[in-house]
Amino acid sequence: MIQNPPNLGIDLDPVRHPEGCRPGFDCDTWLIRGARVLDPASGQDQVADVYLANGKIVGIGAKPEHFPAQDVRTISADGQWLIPGVIDGWARLREPGLEHKATIATETLAAVSGGITTLCMPPDTDPVLDTIAVARFIKRRAQLAGRARVVAIGAMTQGLKGELLAEMAELTEGGCVGITNAHYPVKDLRLLRRALEYAATFDIQVIVQPLDPSLGKRGCAHEGVIATRLGLPGIPVSAETAPLAQMLAVLPETGARIHVNNISSRAALRLVEQAKADGLPITASVSAHQLWLSEMDTDALCGSTHVLPPLRSLRDRDALREGLAAGIIDCVISDHQPHESDGKLAPFPETEPGISGLDTLLPLMLKLADDGVITLDRALDALTRRPADLFGLHDSGRIEIGARADLALVDPDSFWTLDDTTMRSAGRDTPFFGWDFRHEVQSTWVNGKKVFWRGSTPDAP
Amino acid sequence: MAVNFVRPIIPKLAKDPWAIQFDSQGHLKHLLTIEGLGPTWITRILDTAEGFMSVTDREIKKVPLLRGRTVVNLFFESSTRTRTTFELAAKRLSADVLNINLSTSATTKGESLLDTLRNIEAMQADMFVVRHDQSGAAHFIARHVAPHVSVLNAGDGWHAHPTQALLDAFTIRRIKGDFAPLRIAIVGDIKHSRVARSQIHAFNSLNVGELRVIGPRTLIPNDIEPLGVRVFHDMKSGLKDVDVIIMLRLQRERMESGLLPTEQEFYRLYGLTEEKLRWAKPDAIVMHPGPANRGVEIESRVADGPQSVILEQVSNGIGVRMAVMALCMSASTDS
Repeated sequence: MIQNPPNLGIDLDPVRHPEGCRPGFDCDTWLIRGARVLDPASGQDQVADVYLANGKIVGIGAKPEHFPAQDVRTISADGQWLIPGVIDGWARLREPGLEHKATIATETLAAVSGGITTLCMPPDTDPVLDTIAVARFIKRRAQLAGRARVVAIGAMTQGLKGELLAEMAELTEGGCVGITNAHYPVKDLRLLRRALEYAATFDIQVIVQPLDPSLGKRGCAHEGVIATRLGLPGIPVSAETAPLAQMLAVLPETGARIHVNNISSRAALRLVEQAKADGLPITASVSAHQLWLSEMDTDALCGSTHVLPPLRSLRDRDALREGLAAGIIDCVISDHQPHESDGKLAPFPETEPGISGLDTLLPLMLKLADDGVITLDRALDALTRRPADLFGLHDSGRIEIGARADLALVDPDSFWTLDDTTMRSAGRDTPFFGWDFRHEVQSTWVNGKKVFWRGSTPDAP
Repeated sequence: MAVNFVRPIIPKLAKDPWAIQFDSQGHLKHLLTIEGLGPTWITRILDTAEGFMSVTDREIKKVPLLRGRTVVNLFFESSTRTRTTFELAAKRLSADVLNINLSTSATTKGESLLDTLRNIEAMQADMFVVRHDQSGAAHFIARHVAPHVSVLNAGDGWHAHPTQALLDAFTIRRIKGDFAPLRIAIVGDIKHSRVARSQIHAFNSLNVGELRVIGPRTLIPNDIEPLGVRVFHDMKSGLKDVDVIIMLRLQRERMESGLLPTEQEFYRLYGLTEEKLRWAKPDAIVMHPGPANRGVEIESRVADGPQSVILEQVSNGIGVRMAVMALCMSASTDS
């Protein structure tokens, strides 16, 4: 008999983990019946039965020939949407080094409850993810947690100090899906150019987070009317565009492909648009909160809107929305940065930047589609196929026969409010507390294994 | 000459931070910023201060309004002048006063601001007068103090210094009367000045005729016009027809951080000399929140001259701070 925990629907058996599934042994066999299957990768939008076995999607619509007749767990999903599991391109899970803020176990739980099945984790951990040992540690922790898949993004320079190149080839061989220096500066342009060239040698995806440390020095808010009014030290748009422009200047000489992570301004969007028009190998992402909030939401009373890059002007926010709709921005990320409660208990400039974004990544995007800002197809595309292609996760982010069975079942008419009872991340800080959402994730599968379901009733085989 | 300044509209925030200043009955509980007070409360504070000014002239300079109450001066940033006037104001209201200088104390040992607050709160304080180098610190403390405690902002980061703006308004009203026909110029480092921000809000609330800021581009923040000011980068046009000149203190670190080349050049361009003073109206008054850098932002002959009201500002500061303490504490008593 299959044991189910009484509360959250999380399987705690560490053997039955998604990464370690042995074909035909650990993973479950599932029939998801009657859901509206939405998949931007294949252009599907149809009501169909979906069959899962051995961690993969084995049938859509018609029952596959060798699908077992017994021991199939069936879920009736009439009126619900079955979407590819979300791939979050930039989420800090705080482990190793900052376990007092969150752990891979706590955050992968938050992820799967929000329909996220793969998390790309930047290397600004402690120790820095610049060796294969740290990459393996993270992978092992994720396996033990048994929920979402965690893939590492390795460091571009040793210790993220921006002085010596990290062993990029080994990091990639160890499973890292790209390299980045996060928001830490590289010592000089020559080193940056060499890092790009070296990465290009092995065709490693380079992720850049443009933020000039001197232009944004001491800053905590967008340099604009609100920062002026509240007396908050500002971060100008040029702190983002100046390093981005430099990067774009050296890029054609290196052969590298870069992904500009978490852009926040209209001016940066224009640079990306121009670079794409010029045929440069460049992609871009934006965080979900930047698509909803602006400097006008800056709350001087507390740090829940203290993020990096800062919330920009309404004009910037609207430009980012347009850029996403037009496909200039490829992906949307959570930019998840959970903090312990003390991290935000200080005057605004002294609070730690960042918010917990896993719980709201998919809901905010579906809300954007609901409001007609982007199409539902574009919303899902930016969360599934695009990041999968970007990070080389080609068997993920799609509902196709043979693809990984990473899926989320969403009830489009289940209204819910983000509050203390519904939020799952260990970091409780978000400016979206109290927001109402329409779509609620009901179940999530990772590698064919159901790792999350709402309510306590198990699905009978 | 008639003033025909068109005041821009200040953009609204999703969450206005000043609502916390009032209790459930609409009484002033904390004074954290001038924003949101409106002309009614500002005028009430100034009128109350007028009443307290007579206490200063008595032989026994005390009233028993806050007898048995404890006022704690919580200074995370050193300041002699402001702390002293708050202390004197509290003592003239018969409160017990505790001065705690935290710039070299608990917080440097790693204690969080909230822990420090809780410890001092346990000493049964009724009012905190807070100075801190971070914008929003007074708001943060007001959010976390016990319900009976009032918080007065004695300067937080670049954000606000409300009692300074109120005493400046009080001084101007005493000398010039009505605000509507006045042109006021604030000169110097506007960007880093909490005083300037509070003055801008106060004078706009009081419907001053025209408000100007004067300084080099490095010391004038972006997008300041929506707060209701006209920006000038040269003194001659900026001081033309001005009734009140407020000089701001310039800190030496502004040179080191590359905002200005030298003190000498700043003085040559923006230092208030007798010659530049003649560009303003003949009866213009000169103000300074102190302490003044003579020979940097102001010439000694101007600082000590007949048009200077700098020392009056200091005297008026005690009356205004008594008024604010009395009004905030009466809200605490009511609640």
